[in-house]
Amino acid sequence: MARFTPENEALAREIIGRYPRPKSATIPLCHLAQEQDGHLTDEAMAHIAELVGVTSAEVLGTASFYEMFKRQPVGRYVINVCTNISCQLLGGEELLAHAEETLGITSGSTTADGLFTLEDVECIAACTEAPACQVNYRYQHQVTTEDFDRLIADLRAGGRPEIPAHGTLGAVRQHIAADQVANIGPPETQVEPAWFARRNAEAAAGGAS
Amino acid sequence: MSDTPRIVSSRWDVADAHTLEGYRRSGSYTGYAGLEAALAKPPSEVLTEVRDAVLLGRGGAGFPAGMKWGFCPPGVWPRYIVVNGDESEPGTYKDRVLMERDPHQLIEGCLIAAYAIGAAQVFLYVRGEMAHAQERIAAALNEAYAAGLCGRNIAGTDFSVDIVLHWGAGAYIVGEETALIESLEGNRGMPRLKPPYFPAAKGLYMKPTVVNNVETLSNLPWLMVHGAEAYKEIGSEASPGTRLVAVSGHVNRPGVFEVPQGTTTYRELFYDDRYGAGIRHGNELKMFIPGGASAPWFFPEQVDLPLEGRTVGAAGSMLGSGAIVVMDHTTDAVKACLRVVRFFARESCGKCSPCREGTSWEEKILQRILDGAGRPSDIDLLLDVADNISPGPYPVAAHPEAGLDAVPFPPRQTTICPLGPSSVAPITSAIRRFRHEFEAKITRRDPIPLNVGVGQ
Repeated sequence: MARFTPENEALAREIIGRYPRPKSATIPLCHLAQEQDGHLTDEAMAHIAELVGVTSAEVLGTASFYEMFKRQPVGRYVINVCTNISCQLLGGEELLAHAEETLGITSGSTTADGLFTLEDVECIAACTEAPACQVNYRYQHQVTTEDFDRLIADLRAGGRPEIPAHGTLGAVRQHIAADQVANIGPPETQVEPAWFARRNAEAAAGGAS
Repeated sequence: MSDTPRIVSSRWDVADAHTLEGYRRSGSYTGYAGLEAALAKPPSEVLTEVRDAVLLGRGGAGFPAGMKWGFCPPGVWPRYIVVNGDESEPGTYKDRVLMERDPHQLIEGCLIAAYAIGAAQVFLYVRGEMAHAQERIAAALNEAYAAGLCGRNIAGTDFSVDIVLHWGAGAYIVGEETALIESLEGNRGMPRLKPPYFPAAKGLYMKPTVVNNVETLSNLPWLMVHGAEAYKEIGSEASPGTRLVAVSGHVNRPGVFEVPQGTTTYRELFYDDRYGAGIRHGNELKMFIPGGASAPWFFPEQVDLPLEGRTVGAAGSMLGSGAIVVMDHTTDAVKACLRVVRFFARESCGKCSPCREGTSWEEKILQRILDGAGRPSDIDLLLDVADNISPGPYPVAAHPEAGLDAVPFPPRQTTICPLGPSSVAPITSAIRRFRHEFEAKITRRDPIPLNVGVGQ
């Protein structure tokens, strides 16, 4: 699999429809492709390019800027250990060293069984819960070496319910029903909202009288 | 916490506050009553009220939100609102809590802001790594749409606006507002050349765009319900209201606290039992970062300063994003400095040469000093590289013992955004105060373990 499945293509079109210009959907669609395939493939980027009306080089240009898009296969579980200042002060680097030891890999690589990818990451906004890590972007707070080992054991034994496979960003998606859409269109077609003009005009008239 | 005002954190202990029902039932105001209060007035009055309240931006720069809104040029349409939920400044942990625990408060804030400026659409840009926050916001938006609180004819009125949840994908620089807009347009998240200085003039699709932080907008429902006067009764005159601060590092009780702005001091945050409850193991405070990794460091002499923008600025640093990182006497100043610098080196977008090249050189030099391979000229070399990114005296705290005065905030820059100059903050702070630690690492390194004797 690489291009979007028919279901995901329909979802992609719905996402594009929420933006004034299709290209704005590039990053959300890259996430959708990664959710489908586990990483972002060249074929998916070509498909996204068709859908948003740019070249595949432009999609690659955007995607390659962002840390979360993996253009090579990664483990089923991507483990991000924070080593930034707040975590460093309370053992983030030691936790990373322990993770490397436990998994038998260095940060930036994937275990031979394809189960785990380990990353040394920048601040993940869990500073008062240091040291912290994420598994497929699900938070683990105040992680001890025992917590980490238990986590790995659970994941090896079949996973944890709150942690989906890599690529799945949110288990809940936004949906806007067609009859609830207020005003989405290209910027060129937009004018001053009628409610805004009317309400301010009424206030000005009321204030003058 | 009962004696401290709770404007934005009033529902954090309520288990179902993330649902519409929970939001309406709990908190320091009734959920969506702020929207109702706003809709009873003309948009121009809502704008005036927010301006009167002096609602300072909570993302880092502390710019008044009402004034920012007022920068939208008259007669130019459409106007957009982009919510900056890309919280990534090291030490900062508040917007994620707001998004996860009280998403309707943020949505209501977005609606009030959209009403005040006549926005065509709102984009809620959430940091990619925050999967749970995205789920909570998506669910809350779906609920709000279903309840007629979002989209067409909101609350049965003519007011209509769509809020779209957008996902980031991992890039600190996207927190810079023009980079955020570039990213939302589907591009690499690189800051735009200035001028124009404010996206309010030319922002998303080169149309007037207001970019506000999550916490800033989360203040609006309370503000609409209780009014600007009540808001100004909290905090100080120049910095009214509250602020969320994340106190992390070597305190006994790290946490995210809502405190009155302008009056609360760092001492209270570190030692008061309601907050940090003291330095761990009764250790000595060595230094602290008062406002996120980009902020110059403070030292024990500065603990009695209040969390007030101008005061902290004059003392050589900034309130920034409310990220306070406490370091006790066991902290290695060179190591801490390197870690913060390394962050900026990794996150530089590469657009401006002084930052792209300078931050990596700063990292390399600091790494070799820490590794025991530093050269005697390295301290001056570091300062020289730093001077190419931020020329002239860099903001730094006073050092009374050495008879050195503070250099006030902000720094100068040879770059188009503050990322590069921010990398200089830990360097000048650490070298001014702990030069001896750098020198010690340069002149004497830890012995290399030998397994053969010399001459054998």
